[in-house]
Amino acid sequence: MSRLTANLGTLGRRLLQMASVVVGIAVINFCLLHLAPGDAVQVLAGEAGSATPEYIAALRAQFGLDQTMAVQFARYLSNVLALDLGFSFRQGLPVATLILQRVGPTLLLMGTSIGFAVLVGGALGFAAARHAGRPLDTAISILALLFYATPVFWIGVMLIVVFSVWLDWLPVGGMAQVEAGLTGLGYAADVAQHLVLPALTLGLYYLAVYTRLTRAAMLEAYGQDYVRTAVAKGVRPHRIARRHVLRNALLPIVTQLGLQLGSILGGAVLVETVFAWPGLGRLAFEALFQRDLNLLLGILLCSSVVVVLANLAVDLLYGVLDPRTTRS
Amino acid sequence: MVSAYKRGVAGVMLGLALTVGPVCAEPERNGGTLTAIVQPEPVILTAAVSSAAPTGVVSGTIFDGLVDYDRDLKPIPALATAWETGPDGLSLTLHLRSGVTWHDGKPFTAADVKWTLENVWTKIHPRNQITFGKVTTVETPDPLTVILRLSQPSPAILSSLNSNGAQVLPKHLYEGTDVLSNPYNNKPVGTGPFVFKEWNRGNHIVLERNPSYWDQGKPYLDKVVFRVLPDAAARAAALEKGEAQYAPLSPVPLRDAARLGALPNLRVATTGYEWLSPWLFADFNVERGPLKDVRVRRALALAIDRAALAKVVWFGFGQPATSPVPSTLTDFHAKDVPAHPFDPKRAEVLLDEAGFKRDANATRFSLDIDYIPYGDDFKRTAEFLKASLRRVGVEANIRSQDTPSYTRRIYGDRDFDIAITWFAAFSDPQVGVTRAYWSASIGKNIPWTNGSGYRNPEVDGLIAAVQGEADAGKRRDLFRRFQQIVLEDLPTLPLLELKFFTVEASNLRHDARGDQVYGTLRDFRFDGPVPGHSRASAN
Repeated sequence: MSRLTANLGTLGRRLLQMASVVVGIAVINFCLLHLAPGDAVQVLAGEAGSATPEYIAALRAQFGLDQTMAVQFARYLSNVLALDLGFSFRQGLPVATLILQRVGPTLLLMGTSIGFAVLVGGALGFAAARHAGRPLDTAISILALLFYATPVFWIGVMLIVVFSVWLDWLPVGGMAQVEAGLTGLGYAADVAQHLVLPALTLGLYYLAVYTRLTRAAMLEAYGQDYVRTAVAKGVRPHRIARRHVLRNALLPIVTQLGLQLGSILGGAVLVETVFAWPGLGRLAFEALFQRDLNLLLGILLCSSVVVVLANLAVDLLYGVLDPRTTRS
Repeated sequence: MVSAYKRGVAGVMLGLALTVGPVCAEPERNGGTLTAIVQPEPVILTAAVSSAAPTGVVSGTIFDGLVDYDRDLKPIPALATAWETGPDGLSLTLHLRSGVTWHDGKPFTAADVKWTLENVWTKIHPRNQITFGKVTTVETPDPLTVILRLSQPSPAILSSLNSNGAQVLPKHLYEGTDVLSNPYNNKPVGTGPFVFKEWNRGNHIVLERNPSYWDQGKPYLDKVVFRVLPDAAARAAALEKGEAQYAPLSPVPLRDAARLGALPNLRVATTGYEWLSPWLFADFNVERGPLKDVRVRRALALAIDRAALAKVVWFGFGQPATSPVPSTLTDFHAKDVPAHPFDPKRAEVLLDEAGFKRDANATRFSLDIDYIPYGDDFKRTAEFLKASLRRVGVEANIRSQDTPSYTRRIYGDRDFDIAITWFAAFSDPQVGVTRAYWSASIGKNIPWTNGSGYRNPEVDGLIAAVQGEADAGKRRDLFRRFQQIVLEDLPTLPLLELKFFTVEASNLRHDARGDQVYGTLRDFRFDGPVPGHSRASAN
């Protein structure tokens, strides 16, 4: 009983810590972003091709940019504490709506590519570790290095050239074919078709990370005493690899996964741009160039919440995977 | 390019044949979906409150203009069927088309025009506050007549009446609201051939055929989808593959344009931008350093080979400019103006005379070049200038930044030496050219105004005079004098008259008006099989 309350107390303390971290991040974001030269009104006026002082003044008043920095900051902070992300004047929509629109596509793309990377990368790393020093290992390592070193946008464009333009198997970009007006299963199949190239592009990059990580972690585990014991006991090599080595090699992989999940809401600007994927990364990137600070602050805030939550999840998962980590 | 141009001309003639014989030669409507590319994604879909280019492309087919402009920039009827200027030039009467309705079914009347003029064009629209500045009252004697009473003749109004220059908004949806934040700005209700259906941000904008369009039988297409493709290589691939069939505003890098134009399924056209008449120029900061001296400015002009710039950097999508008023504005472009032909030797002499001798490193002085970050072409223009200036002993340092930082630096902080940018001249220099020289806007942090810091009371006087001059001949003389002075003083060096281009499917057929880029797609149609059915059947 007392242990449960102690645990609850720890959890409560952690949640409080997390909340203060998020608020701190929000404050720092606000200050940093306001250091950038120019504001949203200037961008709008610049895009409009011409403007008059009256037009600029009217926009500033509408956006609330005519207020002093202190007033703007107080307003922003009270909004954040009230869980109100504010309004994007540039897009004419609430920030929460804009973010929610992009969350689905972002999760789909990131989930698919990270899932692909963990499964395939893990399998490749597993195979490489089991054949360490032999040709298969070399081949896998070279491949992983190649994917890791090639610029993501270049892979993306090349995949488009080969699979969309030459072979005409897959669409060039976007998330769905609007023209056909598909629904239900047809729509799902269409989205899946559009997902292949961006997920593969991003997945290949992550794959390299997981391959190398799995291989290194497994080789380290192979050197442990309990593996030698298992070998001496006559356990079959495959069983050793799975039960004794892989399981112990999972910790660094989970750590890496946690880091990556934390950045999931940040999306992948390059891949989203090349494939016209409507993700959060592009939204944030464009918001930065448009000085749409309300939107950018909203995205950053959500991302920071996800990072903090992912950290918590990873910590909890450690305990499940390796009970030793919770003992201290 | 030549063959693309010829094909373009053939397209125009076919288009004319279609519009001339509505009774006997009405083509069968074969529908289909046009997939167009708009880049970057528009901010807002109503051109009356934002004159940004992508907004104009989408908005131009949801709304009609009061007029359209032909390739000689003469107005042709659209929502207004006729117009006349009073004998003293102090009134302009517009006769509106009858039987036109907004997409929500309400009738389009003179009250809409009056309300929009009084509440949007003269209050919010960035350019029209000057263009319509002389309007004192607007009378609507009947629902189809609008009379503008003017304090001074304002001939420029007639060159700004299309759906980009003076978009009419539905009074019944805007009256009594805050225009800038009205939700209809992003789900517009117009009178045009296509009705707004859906805007999925970051993805696409869908428009559907307006079944009760006033121009009987049009539009020919069933649907128009504007797709947002942020990456230039992906845009080129989508066009090459036929996933998109229409992409205005120079959608791909210049070097890709020639390649795409050579493909059998695509054509590259430079028509449809006459109303914009874009010109590329370099602003010299006349308030700072060696550039204060007019001899130095002239010397730098002589050091730049504009013909080579057009060929090497702009791949022929531009021609050397000799005046800030582009030659496409035939009524106003002056030929008897001071010229600054490429002559590096003379440039060196001028620089020596100005007291800037080459030092031990053969350098006279150094300065910064900032360029508008609208793509590689502008960056390479800056690199070209740097190389040209180095040849005459001027060392240049190129600085990069994003757009807000750029406009702030040039028009606000004025912390630059040479700034490269482009303006649209529009069909009347009063709208698009004189703003670069008018001293009242210096340093007020208003983008796309006087960047050089040039102050000349005589030029200011000429700019004021052209705004109220009714006589076309006198106005032309005023503009000629204006061009002579600013090319003598050279605060701004016109570099090129740019040619924007459209990449479109060869089987897409349409008229090419002078303002087509911001015009309606009412006469767009496909020859032969139409796209827009499912992928499987399209293959």
